[in-house]
Amino acid sequence: MIDIQLKDSPIHPQDCIDFVADDGTGGSTVFVGTVRNQTKGKTVIRLEFESYAPMAISEMQKIAEQAQEKWSCKKISIHHRVGVLAIGEIAVIIAVATPHRKAAFEACEYCIDTLKETVPIWKKEFFEDGEVWVAAHP
Amino acid sequence: MKINILAFGIAKDIINSSTLGIEISEGTTVGQLKKQLTSQFPDFEKLRSLSIAVNQEYQEDDFLLNEKDEIVIIPPVSGG
Repeated sequence: MIDIQLKDSPIHPQDCIDFVADDGTGGSTVFVGTVRNQTKGKTVIRLEFESYAPMAISEMQKIAEQAQEKWSCKKISIHHRVGVLAIGEIAVIIAVATPHRKAAFEACEYCIDTLKETVPIWKKEFFEDGEVWVAAHP
Repeated sequence: MKINILAFGIAKDIINSSTLGIEISEGTTVGQLKKQLTSQFPDFEKLRSLSIAVNQEYQEDDFLLNEKDEIVIIPPVSGG
Protein backbone atom coordinates (compact mmCIF):
# COMPACT_ATOMS: atom_id res chain seq x y z
CA MET A 1 0.00 0.00 0.00
CA ILE A 2 1.21 3.44 -0.91
CA ASP A 3 0.23 6.80 0.54
CA ILE A 4 1.39 9.93 -1.33
CA GLN A 5 0.48 13.42 -0.21
CA LEU A 6 1.50 16.89 -1.32
CA LYS A 7 0.23 19.41 1.19
CA ASP A 8 0.29 23.16 1.73
CA SER A 9 -0.27 22.71 5.47
CA PRO A 10 2.03 21.14 8.11
CA ILE A 11 2.83 17.43 7.71
CA HIS A 12 3.24 15.04 10.65
CA PRO A 13 5.61 12.04 10.99
CA GLN A 14 3.07 10.16 13.08
CA ASP A 15 0.60 10.14 10.16
CA CYS A 16 3.19 8.37 7.99
CA ILE A 17 4.22 5.99 10.78
CA ASP A 18 0.59 5.08 11.42
CA PHE A 19 0.01 4.44 7.72
CA VAL A 20 2.90 1.99 7.38
CA ALA A 21 2.29 0.21 10.71
CA ASP A 22 1.54 -3.43 9.98
CA ASP A 23 1.60 -6.57 12.07
CA GLY A 24 3.38 -8.41 9.27
CA THR A 25 6.41 -6.11 9.22
CA GLY A 26 9.33 -6.22 11.61
CA GLY A 27 10.28 -2.61 11.35
CA SER A 28 9.86 0.74 9.72
CA THR A 29 12.23 3.58 8.96
CA VAL A 30 11.24 7.21 8.83
CA PHE A 31 13.14 10.03 7.18
CA VAL A 32 12.15 13.54 8.19
CA GLY A 33 13.58 16.42 6.18
CA THR A 34 13.46 19.82 7.83
CA VAL A 35 14.31 23.40 6.85
CA ARG A 36 17.93 24.20 7.73
CA ASN A 37 18.83 27.63 9.14
CA GLN A 38 21.85 28.16 6.90
CA THR A 39 23.33 27.33 3.52
CA LYS A 40 27.11 27.59 3.11
CA GLY A 41 27.24 29.80 6.19
CA LYS A 42 24.52 32.18 5.02
CA THR A 43 21.52 32.58 7.29
CA VAL A 44 18.30 31.29 5.74
CA ILE A 45 15.17 33.13 6.83
CA ARG A 46 12.56 30.91 5.23
CA LEU A 47 11.94 28.54 2.33
CA GLU A 48 9.36 28.31 -0.35
CA PHE A 49 8.50 25.10 -2.18
CA GLU A 50 6.75 25.23 -5.52
CA SER A 51 5.51 22.13 -7.31
CA TYR A 52 4.06 20.94 -10.56
CA ALA A 53 1.51 19.14 -8.44
CA PRO A 54 0.02 16.41 -10.63
CA MET A 55 3.41 15.27 -11.87
CA ALA A 56 5.02 15.62 -8.43
CA ILE A 57 2.40 13.22 -7.09
CA SER A 58 2.77 10.76 -9.98
CA GLU A 59 6.58 10.82 -9.72
CA MET A 60 6.45 10.16 -5.96
CA GLN A 61 4.03 7.32 -6.66
CA LYS A 62 6.51 5.86 -9.18
CA ILE A 63 9.35 6.03 -6.66
CA ALA A 64 7.25 4.29 -4.03
CA GLU A 65 6.26 1.57 -6.51
CA GLN A 66 9.90 1.03 -7.51
CA ALA A 67 10.96 0.77 -3.87
CA GLN A 68 8.09 -1.55 -3.12
CA GLU A 69 9.13 -3.86 -5.91
CA LYS A 70 12.85 -3.77 -5.20
CA TRP A 71 12.72 -4.27 -1.43
CA SER A 72 9.37 -6.01 -0.97
CA CYS A 73 8.10 -3.14 1.17
CA LYS A 74 4.62 -3.73 2.43
CA LYS A 75 3.78 -0.07 2.92
CA ILE A 76 5.28 3.27 1.99
CA SER A 77 4.12 6.74 2.90
CA ILE A 78 5.58 9.91 1.35
CA HIS A 79 4.33 13.34 2.39
CA HIS A 80 5.82 16.51 0.93
CA ARG A 81 5.07 20.05 1.93
CA VAL A 82 4.69 22.99 -0.45
CA GLY A 83 4.32 26.71 0.14
CA VAL A 84 6.20 28.87 2.63
CA LEU A 85 8.10 27.09 5.41
CA ALA A 86 9.86 28.50 8.45
CA ILE A 87 13.19 27.22 9.84
CA GLY A 88 12.78 23.84 11.52
CA GLU A 89 9.50 23.01 9.81
CA ILE A 90 9.15 19.62 8.15
CA ALA A 91 9.48 19.63 4.37
CA VAL A 92 9.28 15.91 3.66
CA ILE A 93 8.53 12.65 5.46
CA ILE A 94 9.17 9.17 4.12
CA ALA A 95 8.10 6.09 6.08
CA VAL A 96 8.78 2.57 4.88
CA ALA A 97 7.80 -0.71 6.51
CA THR A 98 9.42 -4.00 5.55
CA PRO A 99 9.66 -7.48 7.09
CA HIS A 100 13.36 -6.92 7.99
CA ARG A 101 15.20 -3.76 8.98
CA LYS A 102 17.97 -3.62 6.37
CA ALA A 103 15.48 -3.34 3.53
CA ALA A 104 13.61 -0.60 5.36
CA PHE A 105 16.76 1.56 5.60
CA GLU A 106 17.72 0.94 1.99
CA ALA A 107 14.25 1.55 0.59
CA CYS A 108 13.88 4.76 2.59
CA GLU A 109 17.23 6.06 1.35
CA TYR A 110 16.32 5.16 -2.22
CA CYS A 111 13.05 7.08 -1.91
CA ILE A 112 14.59 10.32 -0.61
CA ASP A 113 17.58 10.18 -3.01
CA THR A 114 15.35 9.61 -6.04
CA LEU A 115 12.79 12.17 -4.91
CA LYS A 116 15.53 14.80 -4.89
CA GLU A 117 16.47 13.89 -8.47
CA THR A 118 13.14 13.46 -10.22
CA VAL A 119 10.15 14.95 -8.43
CA PRO A 120 9.17 18.34 -9.89
CA ILE A 121 9.35 20.39 -6.72
CA TRP A 122 11.50 23.50 -6.46
CA LYS A 123 12.95 25.06 -3.33
CA LYS A 124 13.67 28.74 -3.02
CA GLU A 125 15.80 29.92 -0.12
CA PHE A 126 15.29 33.40 1.25
CA PHE A 127 18.28 35.14 2.83
CA GLU A 128 18.52 38.53 4.51
CA ASP A 129 19.90 40.01 1.29
CA GLY A 130 18.16 38.04 -1.43
CA GLU A 131 16.69 34.78 -2.62
CA VAL A 132 17.84 31.87 -4.71
CA TRP A 133 16.35 28.80 -6.43
CA VAL A 134 18.29 25.93 -4.87
CA ALA A 135 20.54 23.83 -7.10
CA ALA A 136 19.41 25.58 -10.29
CA HIS A 137 22.96 26.39 -11.42
CA PRO A 138 26.04 24.17 -11.56
CA MET B 1 1.12 25.08 -34.56
CA LYS B 2 0.79 27.07 -31.39
CA ILE B 3 1.67 25.47 -28.08
CA ASN B 4 1.32 26.69 -24.53
CA ILE B 5 4.14 25.90 -22.19
CA LEU B 6 4.03 26.04 -18.40
CA ALA B 7 7.04 27.08 -16.38
CA PHE B 8 8.00 26.53 -12.74
CA GLY B 9 10.82 27.51 -10.42
CA ILE B 10 13.66 29.41 -12.02
CA ALA B 11 12.17 28.78 -15.49
CA LYS B 12 9.36 31.12 -14.51
CA ASP B 13 11.90 33.84 -13.66
CA ILE B 14 13.79 33.26 -16.92
CA ILE B 15 10.75 33.68 -19.16
CA ASN B 16 9.28 36.21 -16.75
CA SER B 17 5.90 34.42 -16.75
CA SER B 18 4.36 31.12 -15.70
CA THR B 19 3.12 30.43 -19.23
CA LEU B 20 4.57 30.90 -22.67
CA GLY B 21 2.73 30.59 -25.97
CA ILE B 22 5.05 29.82 -28.87
CA GLU B 23 4.75 28.82 -32.49
CA ILE B 24 6.43 25.57 -33.47
CA SER B 25 6.32 23.62 -36.71
CA GLU B 26 4.61 20.23 -37.06
CA GLY B 27 6.95 17.43 -36.06
CA THR B 28 8.91 19.48 -33.55
CA THR B 29 10.68 17.32 -30.99
CA VAL B 30 11.45 17.96 -27.34
CA GLY B 31 15.10 18.49 -28.28
CA GLN B 32 14.19 21.11 -30.88
CA LEU B 33 11.90 22.86 -28.41
CA LYS B 34 14.76 23.04 -25.90
CA LYS B 35 16.98 24.62 -28.58
CA GLN B 36 14.24 27.10 -29.47
CA LEU B 37 13.76 28.05 -25.81
CA THR B 38 17.49 28.39 -25.24
CA SER B 39 17.96 30.66 -28.24
CA GLN B 40 15.02 32.83 -27.15
CA PHE B 41 16.08 32.81 -23.49
CA PRO B 42 19.86 32.24 -23.25
CA ASP B 43 19.69 32.02 -19.44
CA PHE B 44 18.40 28.45 -19.83
CA GLU B 45 21.90 27.51 -20.91
CA LYS B 46 23.28 28.47 -17.50
CA LEU B 47 21.12 25.91 -15.68
CA ARG B 48 22.45 22.61 -14.35
CA SER B 49 19.86 20.80 -16.47
CA LEU B 50 16.76 21.43 -18.54
CA SER B 51 14.02 18.86 -18.98
CA ILE B 52 10.66 18.88 -20.67
CA ALA B 53 7.63 17.05 -19.36
CA VAL B 54 4.86 16.19 -21.77
CA ASN B 55 1.51 15.19 -20.28
CA GLN B 56 3.16 14.83 -16.88
CA GLU B 57 5.98 12.52 -17.98
CA TYR B 58 9.63 13.34 -18.63
CA GLN B 59 10.40 12.92 -22.33
CA GLU B 60 13.63 12.40 -24.23
CA ASP B 61 14.88 14.75 -26.96
CA ASP B 62 13.44 12.63 -29.81
CA PHE B 63 9.86 12.78 -28.51
CA LEU B 64 7.39 14.43 -30.92
CA LEU B 65 5.19 17.25 -29.65
CA ASN B 66 1.49 17.68 -30.42
CA GLU B 67 -0.69 20.74 -30.20
CA LYS B 68 -2.82 19.40 -27.36
CA ASP B 69 0.06 18.22 -25.18
CA GLU B 70 0.58 19.67 -21.74
CA ILE B 71 4.17 20.85 -22.05
CA VAL B 72 6.14 21.94 -19.01
CA ILE B 73 9.66 23.29 -18.63
CA ILE B 74 11.36 21.45 -15.76
CA PRO B 75 14.47 23.24 -14.48
CA PRO B 76 16.71 21.39 -11.97
CA VAL B 77 14.45 20.07 -9.21
CA SER B 78 15.23 20.64 -5.53
CA GLY B 79 12.55 18.99 -3.44
CA GLY B 80 13.09 17.09 -0.21
